[in-house]
Amino acid sequence: MATTTQAPALDPLDYLAIDSLLDDEERAIRDTVRQFVREYVLPEVADWFERGVFPREIFAELAKLGLLGMHLDGYGLPGASAVAYGLTCMELEAGDAGVRSAVSVQGSLAMFPIWKFGSEEQKERWLPPMHAGEIIGCFGLTEPDAGSDPASMRTHARRDGSDWILNGAKMWITNGTIADMAIVWARTDEGRIHGFIVEKDMPGFSAPEIHKKLSLRASVTSELVLQDVRVPEENRLPEVSTLRGPLSCLNEARFGIVFGAVGSGRACFEAALEYAKERIVFGKPIAAYQLTQQKLAEMALELNRGFLVALHLGRMKDAGTLRPEHVSLGKMGNVRGAIEVARTARTILGANGVTLEYPVIRHVNNLESVLTYEGTHEVHTLVVGQALTGQNAFR
Amino acid sequence: MKIAVCVKQVPDATAAKRIDPETKRLDRSGEAALNATDLNAVEEAIRLKEAQGGEVVLVSLGPERALESLRKALAMGADRAVLVADEAAAGSDLVATSRILAAALEREQADLVLFGQASSDGDGAVLWAAVADRLRRPLISQVAALTTDGSTVTGKRQTEHGYDTISAPLPAVVAVSDAINEPRYPSLKGIMGAKSKPQETLSLADLGVDAAEAGEAGSRTTVLALGPPPARGESLKIEDDGSAAQKILDYLVERRLL
Ligand SMILES: Cc1cc2nc3c(=O)[nH]c(=O)nc-3n(C[C@H](O)[C@H](O)[C@H](O)COP(=O)(O)OP(=O)(O)OC[C@H]3O[C@@H](n4cnc5c(N)ncnc54)[C@H](O)[C@@H]3O)c2cc1C
Ligand SMILES: Cc1cc2nc3c(=O)[nH]c(=O)nc-3n(C[C@H](O)[C@H](O)[C@H](O)COP(=O)(O)OP(=O)(O)OC[C@H]3O[C@@H](n4cnc5c(N)ncnc54)[C@H](O)[C@@H]3O)c2cc1C
Repeated sequence: MATTTQAPALDPLDYLAIDSLLDDEERAIRDTVRQFVREYVLPEVADWFERGVFPREIFAELAKLGLLGMHLDGYGLPGASAVAYGLTCMELEAGDAGVRSAVSVQGSLAMFPIWKFGSEEQKERWLPPMHAGEIIGCFGLTEPDAGSDPASMRTHARRDGSDWILNGAKMWITNGTIADMAIVWARTDEGRIHGFIVEKDMPGFSAPEIHKKLSLRASVTSELVLQDVRVPEENRLPEVSTLRGPLSCLNEARFGIVFGAVGSGRACFEAALEYAKERIVFGKPIAAYQLTQQKLAEMALELNRGFLVALHLGRMKDAGTLRPEHVSLGKMGNVRGAIEVARTARTILGANGVTLEYPVIRHVNNLESVLTYEGTHEVHTLVVGQALTGQNAFR
Repeated sequence: MKIAVCVKQVPDATAAKRIDPETKRLDRSGEAALNATDLNAVEEAIRLKEAQGGEVVLVSLGPERALESLRKALAMGADRAVLVADEAAAGSDLVATSRILAAALEREQADLVLFGQASSDGDGAVLWAAVADRLRRPLISQVAALTTDGSTVTGKRQTEHGYDTISAPLPAVVAVSDAINEPRYPSLKGIMGAKSKPQETLSLADLGVDAAEAGEAGSRTTVLALGPPPARGESLKIEDDGSAAQKILDYLVERRLL
């Protein structure tokens, strides 16, 4: 029977009431991460960004919440749903994409390959301390001359008795300098791609930090240098020997970005909405001008649409029906959307839009990295193009 | 040691509070949360349990939906929750609320009963006294540090001039202030495990409390009228020409505020 009930009041910060699509547990996880970000990240992050640092202590805090490798199970890991992981990424990135990146790398790029392709001994040795934030990992795929086309990688692994000898260089590696171990992908003479667990103090290995970065400044980015690094066979991930290994890791992490980007955009939207209501120009708040309202309306549209896409992909991942091509569409759309929202928010804040006193310029700058890493916008466009047409336009 | 923690669901701190002129009760339909100081009480209970073993049980009087908020405390590490939810309890005043909570606590027979110092909605800061009296247990309130050896509990009590250190034999009732600790964030595993922890919903009949002894019927106070707080009086703006301090002083003295 249809009854006439009054619709609840509209919430400008949740325009389409997407909250109602989450269950209690998902909301509780989201609220906890949001509170953590509000209390721990937001008061400090502008300063981290300005100084270009990422305090390693955050890992201990993130570990207390149980967020490192949260979507993996067994070995004492929480085994949270894909949606819960996505919501976590969204909240962390609403703080700063640097914090979300640290969690993505630890969980999806360093722990995931061990969980998925590692031996029993490797899982038992590495996963619990990585979940506890005692061991920090990083993921080395990109090289100075091999980014979008990782098949052209040069880092080389040569068998030597029961060991492997690694030579090469990796570039743009998140967490590299602060990491205790790196998952390094290298090619053998037979053309196989193996993943190796390279430990920080192995002779010949170093991880100098990359400076002068103007994006994702509250995140450590590094080179990995490998000069005749001797790695025992038991540090090789036994269950994969093709590019499928690193690519499946990236697919995990990029799923988090589909949500994360919405978080960045939302933080900018909220700042802009509040600012627009308070800033008086020509005698009235800028929120009262049509041009500003159009900006805010477009931002709300983009963010709500992005959240719905992300949530849908999350439900598909939990149902086991998500394909990498789906994630590509999500990453493409949501990162582009977030960039539009962030840049528009920046205009609403006027000069305040370029200072770290407000969160907006930080997100604007961060999103430039998000656009490029985990597969560039162009690469994902080509993935979607190929899925639509059956034609490979990569090469 | 068995510890019971009395916790209350209150309107979220960010929500504007509204009193329903019909029922003369607080409108509790909006965003809700666990009362902030009650989280300090929960944290303290969990720390005691972590150090000495035992059980932490949450006891609350409120509508069914208060379970959502109780789950947050379960996610922090409390073991189970008892919610007294009964239409007939709506509108209970201090007398009726304390009667119902005391009945629920009698059933638990905890060694230590913890309260938050005050709720953010009712803001009475008295319920613990009424409950302790009904239970005939010693009470320490405004506690900023707490220790127990299993047979006595010692609380450092904040006063205007410093601290009182007070000991009482167990079983006892303690109300904690927000200075006592920093409540932890619930962990992911805690949140995921909270749903499956025991959560009991009791009626007044389950507790053997007569409906006539609860709610408005069982209350000894009646809300006669409600009004908005008086508008703020005219403010005075003092431009500092060197005599501002004196002017402020005069103003305060004139109103016998100094
Ligand atoms: C802050 C930051 C952190 C990073 N962290 C990591 C990390 O932890 N681990 C890691 O392995 N890597 C990391 N990366 C590297 C990142 O994944 C690469 O930068 C990315 O894959 C792009 O590679 P590239 O920079 O070499 O660009 P290139 O591959 O050289 O691309 C240059 C341009 O060409 C375009 N292009 C490429 N192919 C085509 C084509 N077929 N058709 C049309 N256009 C094309 C690209 O879209 C891009 O616009 C990080 C990068 C940044 C900025
Ligand atoms: C408009 C209005 C008028 C009212 N008028 C009166 C009145 O005139 N006289 C009167 O006696 N009462 C009145 N009440 C009711 C009264 O505010 C409370 O129901 C009752 O006194 C509880 O006290 P408190 O919320 O102030 O709790 P406090 O004494 O401030 O709470 C201290 C602690 O007690 C615990 N606690 C409080 N409530 C609960 C609960 N429900 N379940 C479990 N633990 C709890 C918590 O640990 C809390 O931190 C009125 C309420 C309203 C909304």
